[in-house]
Amino acid sequence: MLKDISLGQYIPGTSVIHRMDPRLKIVLTLAYIVVLFMAKGPLSYGLVLLTLGLIIVLSRIGVRFVLRSVRPLLFIILFTAVLNMFHVDGDVLWSWWILKITRQGIETAIYMALRIAMLISGTFVLLNYTTSPIMLTDGIEQLLGPLKRIHVPVHELAMMMTIALRFIPTLIEETDKIMSAQKARGADFETGNVIRRAKALIPMLVPLFVSAFRRADELAVAMECRCYRGSEGRTRLRTLKLQGLDYVAIAIAAVLAAGIITLGVVLP
Amino acid sequence: MIETKDLRFRYSDTLPFVLEGLNVTIKRGSFVAILGHNGSGKSTFAKHLNAILLPSGGKVLVDGMDTVDEDRLYDIRQHVGMVFQNPDNQIVATLVEEDVAFGPENLGVPQKEIRVRVDEALRAVGMYDFRDRATYQLSGGQKQRVAIAGIIAMRPRCVVLDEPTAMLDPVGRREVMRAIHDMNRTLGITVVLITHHMNEAVDADRVLVIDHGKLLLDGTPREVFSQAETLYRADLAVPQPVELIYALRRDGVDIPGDVLTVDECAEALYHLLKSRTNTRG
Repeated sequence: MLKDISLGQYIPGTSVIHRMDPRLKIVLTLAYIVVLFMAKGPLSYGLVLLTLGLIIVLSRIGVRFVLRSVRPLLFIILFTAVLNMFHVDGDVLWSWWILKITRQGIETAIYMALRIAMLISGTFVLLNYTTSPIMLTDGIEQLLGPLKRIHVPVHELAMMMTIALRFIPTLIEETDKIMSAQKARGADFETGNVIRRAKALIPMLVPLFVSAFRRADELAVAMECRCYRGSEGRTRLRTLKLQGLDYVAIAIAAVLAAGIITLGVVLP
Repeated sequence: MIETKDLRFRYSDTLPFVLEGLNVTIKRGSFVAILGHNGSGKSTFAKHLNAILLPSGGKVLVDGMDTVDEDRLYDIRQHVGMVFQNPDNQIVATLVEEDVAFGPENLGVPQKEIRVRVDEALRAVGMYDFRDRATYQLSGGQKQRVAIAGIIAMRPRCVVLDEPTAMLDPVGRREVMRAIHDMNRTLGITVVLITHHMNEAVDADRVLVIDHGKLLLDGTPREVFSQAETLYRADLAVPQPVELIYALRRDGVDIPGDVLTVDECAEALYHLLKSRTNTRG
């Protein structure tokens, strides 16, 4: 139950999207977002939708999961859309008091909603669903590699992320245990108002933090015993290397991006 | 392989000594169990063997290298690996094989060689089939075996295990003890096992008993456990067969005292009962 959070929303698989280099996926996701904001008019939006469709089909994730990623943000999408609907000037279709709806307003609202939905589902499919957290941290570490020259502790940050990911399930399990222990001694986490419930959490958080510090200390000693000394002279079991598949992806992405930008910026 | 000379240690100048002059030599390839009750200094002693702690007095030599020598620190830590009590707090990575690779990665071993070592180490502890599992999905015994594999992959000459089975259930305990014995027998790695489970010490080549920072007993399991009285005084239990024979002898029953295993105990009791029926009949 609670444990499922641990691997993020990664859905293991062997599709081409899963097998792509995580660095490339991060770059392509950024490119996708940029291109998405350059799209304008039905033709370029159509092409973005086609791109998204292609990614979803190739990832074999299933539309149901993709829609699930959008659902938590449905309210924000609708809110933004409605706000846009009333704020754009143009041919008035309906008005009451200071409120008016224009044709252009409705158009903008639809585009805006589509844009946010495509933004979220696209990044989820490319990064969250098809890239394991380890691959993601590896990818980020290598992409940020050049920043080492200006003394950004890239390796250390990536190591921290890896350890954090590693300890999420452990600490969740521990939280469960402490909660059961407190409940067994009559603690009440469920009733009362917000303040009362927040107060009830304190006797749970204290032991959790104490044990987290103890774990951190033991882990540090264990890491020292295994000769950890930062990134200096460190090799890796797995190194990332662009493969044929990745070059194909780059080519397809470039063509699609060019198409979307042309349709969005030049044509409308 | 490891030698301590008059090893003394205290956590600060105002505190009493935890270790009060230990002279111990651990031979290459041997299996040494260290016994002692809580607070006897046995874990503190273990932490000196790979320079996690440095002596306040005396010396610790690992293959002739003084643990105080900072230039040899990583050599020492590679030669003497360490496994701790809580498997959860020593696993670094999310995936089994990634965790086993952590040590060799730190040592700068070339990529192809890491692969070979990881596979070897996982096979040595019987966890090869779990190599691409997430570490949090494993049982305690499996996690501890992964931790041991992580040390084996560094190709150490000696592994120090600080109560590696204390947090495990009986099944996990058996798995881990088997992996430790295999490592000692087939890979020839020296094992220093710190424990307070007497049955785990019975199979060692040599048993050291530490009490109040001093070496109380040192010898083969048979020699050490025959001194039940001394062990009791150090607040230690003895293996159950030894305890039974000790109690019988104390009550004046004529039975040989050098019993160690369950089989030997059964044999001794059998002979005792048989001789009694003979004299009666």
